[in-house]
Amino acid sequence: MSPTIAVVGASLAGLTAARALRDQSYDGRIVVIGDEVHAPYDRPPLSKDFLAGTASLDDIALGTPDDADLGLEWRLGTAAVGLDRSSRSVLLDDGSGIRADGVVLATGARARRLAGSDGLAGVHVLRSLDDAISLREDLASAGRLVVIGAGFIGAEVASTARTLGLEVTVVEAQPVPLAGPLGADMGAACAALHADHGTRLLLGTGVAGLVGTDRVEAVELTDGTRLPADVVVVGIGAAPTIEWLAHSGVALGNGVLTDARQATNIPGVVAVGDCAATWSTSAERHVRIEHWTNALEQPATAAATLLGAGERPAPSPVPYFWSDQYGARIQFAGSRREGDVARVVEGSCASRSFVTVYERDGRPVAVLGMNQPRLFTRLRRQLRSTVPATA
Amino acid sequence: MILVCATTALPPGEATRVEADEPIAVFNVDGEYYAIDDTCTHQDASLADGWLDGCAVECPLHASCFDLRTGKVSGPPAKTPVNTHRVLVADGMVYVEPGVAADGAA
Repeated sequence: MSPTIAVVGASLAGLTAARALRDQSYDGRIVVIGDEVHAPYDRPPLSKDFLAGTASLDDIALGTPDDADLGLEWRLGTAAVGLDRSSRSVLLDDGSGIRADGVVLATGARARRLAGSDGLAGVHVLRSLDDAISLREDLASAGRLVVIGAGFIGAEVASTARTLGLEVTVVEAQPVPLAGPLGADMGAACAALHADHGTRLLLGTGVAGLVGTDRVEAVELTDGTRLPADVVVVGIGAAPTIEWLAHSGVALGNGVLTDARQATNIPGVVAVGDCAATWSTSAERHVRIEHWTNALEQPATAAATLLGAGERPAPSPVPYFWSDQYGARIQFAGSRREGDVARVVEGSCASRSFVTVYERDGRPVAVLGMNQPRLFTRLRRQLRSTVPATA
Repeated sequence: MILVCATTALPPGEATRVEADEPIAVFNVDGEYYAIDDTCTHQDASLADGWLDGCAVECPLHASCFDLRTGKVSGPPAKTPVNTHRVLVADGMVYVEPGVAADGAA
């Protein structure tokens, strides 16, 4: 009988894993399980062009005509609810199960919600296509938007809402947005885009609660301020979707724990993308990366691990992400730590066009660019060649 | 036919962008010249700003890859190929013929 590999998760990581398995000559059965009813789509546009109404569902579909040749068996609109280790079966919410010789865990992450916001109309998170459609409908008739959280999602939603003509306020609990990934100076440089485009940014302010009975009317801050709101978007991060594995025996931490080659503690089970916390030799800990590029890069390694394709050295990719907001392109590659020295090597923050290199012990470890794709790309590649391999 | 530049102005591994009805990116891959549409089919980004890896260019923004010889997508998220354009080299100058597909391209 032909072997079966179950891919749990039908977004970028899952689809890329299925493609990688075929690419690496696996010709057995592949079942792709997705809890959403939609065929794989690209999530980054959900806060940008799709939300603005300038990109359609067709535009953001991840599938291509060539994918028909992959011979995938789709189980969309079906959530995995458990993994039975002894029979290596994926248990589904319709009561059925899929026995598999190999399992790829690619269930992603879900948006964190604000406690006490359940059931209040007008309050949104943004993670899925359905989230985006519902937010888009709500924004169409709204005048005032409050965004809670000035991270990348929050900033992109604020930017899109400004183009739609809304009055926008962004509330951030930290004194500087994006200080974690970018450092305080560069976080402030990126957050300056808000004021440039007429978005009000309130920093160092916590949210005490939401006001409204059936529908949200205002956001109340810890200093007592009430911000009237027709729509509220909560952008306070995401948590890995791993609850369904709680009793599976798969080792969990801040994500499914894997080695550098995406193998979990259970033979024949690998994990990729936003749900995976992968061992990093350089950081000497498990690192979970919620970047689009990571979900694209990890599956090739995971497929090789699952297919037993020899002891190829684990890749040591340089993390990369981008954010498009207010017409500006922000790109970041590498890993910044507290204490790294940030130096603007081209342009200036004031001109909203610059490249910043982060150095540790005199060596470049990360690069940030705003509206400088060409130089940024060069430095990103150089970073790739200076990061030591983890073989 | 559009004059791009002198061959000496486009050394191996480099790319340049020329204005036409639609902008065109011209690449020098180890002495072979290739021209494709400059604008990525995924989102607005200039492929001349991208990274050359053999006969592929990676979009500087979202890492879509295109084969310079055929214009075909060799890496997502782009799904639609770019047009190729014929390149001519004469008397130390590089020219492109916009709208004329490169020899061997689909």
